[in-house]
Amino acid sequence: MFDFQIVTTWFDNLLRQTLGLGDFWSILIECVMVGLIILTIYALIAMFMIFFERKVCAWFQCRLGPMRVGPWGVFQVLADVLKMLIKEIFGVDRSDKFLYALAPCLTIVASVGTFSFLPWNKGAQVLDFNVGVFMITAISSIGVLGVILSGWGSNNKYSVVSAMRGAVQMISYEMSLGLCMVIAVVLCGTMQLSGIVEAQTGPWKWLIIQGHIPAIVAFCIFLIAGNAEANRGPFDLAEAESELTAGYHTEYSGMGFGYFYLAEYLNLVVISGLAAAIFLGGWAPLNIGVDGFDAVMNYIPGFVWFIGKTLAVIWVLMWVRWTFPRLRIDHILILEWKYLMPLTLITLVVMTACVSLGLTF
Amino acid sequence: MKLSNIEFGFDNFLAEMKKLKTEKHFDYLVTIVGEDFGPEEGLGCIYILENTQTHERISVKQLAKQLGDEYVIPSIYHVWASSDLLEREVYDFLGIKFLGHPDMRRLFMRNDFEGWPLRKDFDMSPEKNQFPMTDEPESDWTSEWNLTKDGELVETKHRLFDDDDFVINFGPNHPSTHGVLRLQTVVDGETIKHIYPHLGYIHRGMEKMMESMTYPQTLAFTDRLNYLCAMHHRHALVSVIEEAMGVELSERIQYIRTIMDELQRIDNHLLFLGTCAQDLSALTAFLYCMRDREHLLNVMEETTGGRLIQNYYRIGGLQDDIDPNFVQNTKAFCNYMRPMVQEYLDVFGDNVITHKRLEGVGYMNLEDCVNYGVTGPAGRAAGWHNDVRKNHPYAVYDKVDWKEITGTGADSMERYMIHIKEIYQSLDIIMQLIDNIPEGEFYIKQKPIIKVPEGQWYTSVEGGAGEFGVYLDSRGDKSPYRLKMRPMGLTFAGAFDKMLRGQKVADLIATGASIDFVIPDLDR
Repeated sequence: MFDFQIVTTWFDNLLRQTLGLGDFWSILIECVMVGLIILTIYALIAMFMIFFERKVCAWFQCRLGPMRVGPWGVFQVLADVLKMLIKEIFGVDRSDKFLYALAPCLTIVASVGTFSFLPWNKGAQVLDFNVGVFMITAISSIGVLGVILSGWGSNNKYSVVSAMRGAVQMISYEMSLGLCMVIAVVLCGTMQLSGIVEAQTGPWKWLIIQGHIPAIVAFCIFLIAGNAEANRGPFDLAEAESELTAGYHTEYSGMGFGYFYLAEYLNLVVISGLAAAIFLGGWAPLNIGVDGFDAVMNYIPGFVWFIGKTLAVIWVLMWVRWTFPRLRIDHILILEWKYLMPLTLITLVVMTACVSLGLTF
Repeated sequence: MKLSNIEFGFDNFLAEMKKLKTEKHFDYLVTIVGEDFGPEEGLGCIYILENTQTHERISVKQLAKQLGDEYVIPSIYHVWASSDLLEREVYDFLGIKFLGHPDMRRLFMRNDFEGWPLRKDFDMSPEKNQFPMTDEPESDWTSEWNLTKDGELVETKHRLFDDDDFVINFGPNHPSTHGVLRLQTVVDGETIKHIYPHLGYIHRGMEKMMESMTYPQTLAFTDRLNYLCAMHHRHALVSVIEEAMGVELSERIQYIRTIMDELQRIDNHLLFLGTCAQDLSALTAFLYCMRDREHLLNVMEETTGGRLIQNYYRIGGLQDDIDPNFVQNTKAFCNYMRPMVQEYLDVFGDNVITHKRLEGVGYMNLEDCVNYGVTGPAGRAAGWHNDVRKNHPYAVYDKVDWKEITGTGADSMERYMIHIKEIYQSLDIIMQLIDNIPEGEFYIKQKPIIKVPEGQWYTSVEGGAGEFGVYLDSRGDKSPYRLKMRPMGLTFAGAFDKMLRGQKVADLIATGASIDFVIPDLDR
């Protein structure tokens, strides 16, 4: 199994020993490098995601999707991004200028923050705390602030309604989302993401198999709550195109809108990535306990496994997005507080019982 | 039908109208036609009423009483709820004040518009009718006019909003209002407290324009009213003119008109099913409908040459004979279409979220539907047998075997299902007729200059969303003296407040989606 730590250790040695830099300089350079790489990957994935979504939704709708710019329309996204970058950013009359400007930044910070937790490969992880799961939920809740502030700050009635909807919805679904991760923590015995993935290596050790019924239930709830958390249909109440035009980002143009757009797609990646990492084994290859088969599987690098699993989950979420109509605000709250929450709590108890009685694989 | 008007006199009017409703069961107010009857009679209104049990129609004529410069008629606001917007329309165009109507504001024209455009003495000179360069002034107050015992006109002011009301405008620029409708909505959080419809953002003054045009010229307007019911609208207008002139149409014309009407109805319903899904954010279902509508438009295009604006019927028949491939293409389309309807249900209509979103939403029971004049599929969803094709058969609808679809749910889900079932009925009608189109003339030759004998007529057809009627007052000229259209959507706009009070903002969108109104039709 390819361990990315070889690369990072080599680079650290290069700075410290070959170039003879001290602690301060080598850590500074490493941080800047990592930051740049993360942001680049972030932007590239966003572009890929936009293209992917347009194509996937076109296939669901008996259409072709973008076909004109470049072969198979691949440069369409570049053109869109270019358009968004050169668009004028204009302020709104009588808006709260500070909050109006702050909101997209908060959204993107929350999105990049959670994005940095994704375990791409063995040893390839930017943030890896011993309380990683808590940290993820903490950072992702900053995103709610972005929604509220943008809605409040833009002096638009649709936006205010949308901000309230978004806040209520995201705060509610964070409960289930967090509890689902706790279920995984119960099984793996660690809150560190690398530890959780590590616990899933080996034959039949993916969490969804290891934890069987409670884990499968938790996985489904995680997808539903994650979908709501990422504000995507059928839970796109905050944006609610046909009701509130564009909801909280109605009054944004250019990159202000672009930030929300990026964050929306990356939140989808983050949710899918976390689902893949926590429940589907992250970079852990599919091992079934047969040596020959396992050896072949282990030969496939971890990031391929991780990206493949993430894409599969994204595809499922897009399928849902383009099939279901939107829910109403009271339905959403009923779904969360009357069904998902109690179900998650029960699952947590069942999982704890399973683990303590040794009923897991 | 040719109108023979009943007159009650000013003092008895309100009491007699109440009697008509309560004792003689004339509880459906079809429309109110405001008219300037000329210098002798002055201004007045014609009320067309229908008995919902026997489907008998009568018309009542009431001349306005002149008090100085003002014209007044007692309001029937408290008798028929649908008269709310209809009386405001008359006030807007003719300046007749309705006594006791609590909301006498202009409806289509701007608040600062001067003069009454449908009066015959209205000054049409361009200098007097400049395009306004200022924002429209808007007041939070409405006026109610009443007569004192001494016969003096007094004004009472009513306030539309409270100080603390949170008012959201849905429209005129909004993705789900299907055009430039503006619903001024008072909300309490997400709950709707009141809805005030504002109309006229696409008012083109068609009725006024038609008064200075020859009859063949007036036809071109109807297709541009509701571009999804182009055939139905044109059908109503040519029917009223043909009826007035006494033109006998050949069987072939009637058959082709019926088939075209039904094709158009499927077109309308397909777009309805699509946009209904789209308003609930199910875009995939929308595109499924648009995919199949494409086949339908191709079939119609081969004969009429148009896809939205068909321009196919004319006074005395049709613009041209059907395309040689029309019969074959239509049959192919019908066979293709039938299984597809189930697909819309699979992807959207049977979805549990759809049911949750539409069931019980925008509920309006039978009594209110009749009272508010909510016709078409929306009224039939409440069990009101209001299909003009059955009640007042035209073309060859009485010769084919089909069912009028009614429901009992009276909510948005039922309205959706009525549309689904009506597609099957339309396919049945087409399949019965398509092989039997008789030989004959496709156009009965008319004189180069068409003149209509004196009299008043009202004819209606069943449009995609409800009853579409045309009232024609002819004074024997080559252009109509007064031509008034009963749009399908106007009564819906008036019923919104009743349907939605106490429901959620999202229900406003869902109800709007389940009532297929098209704003150009309602604004005219």
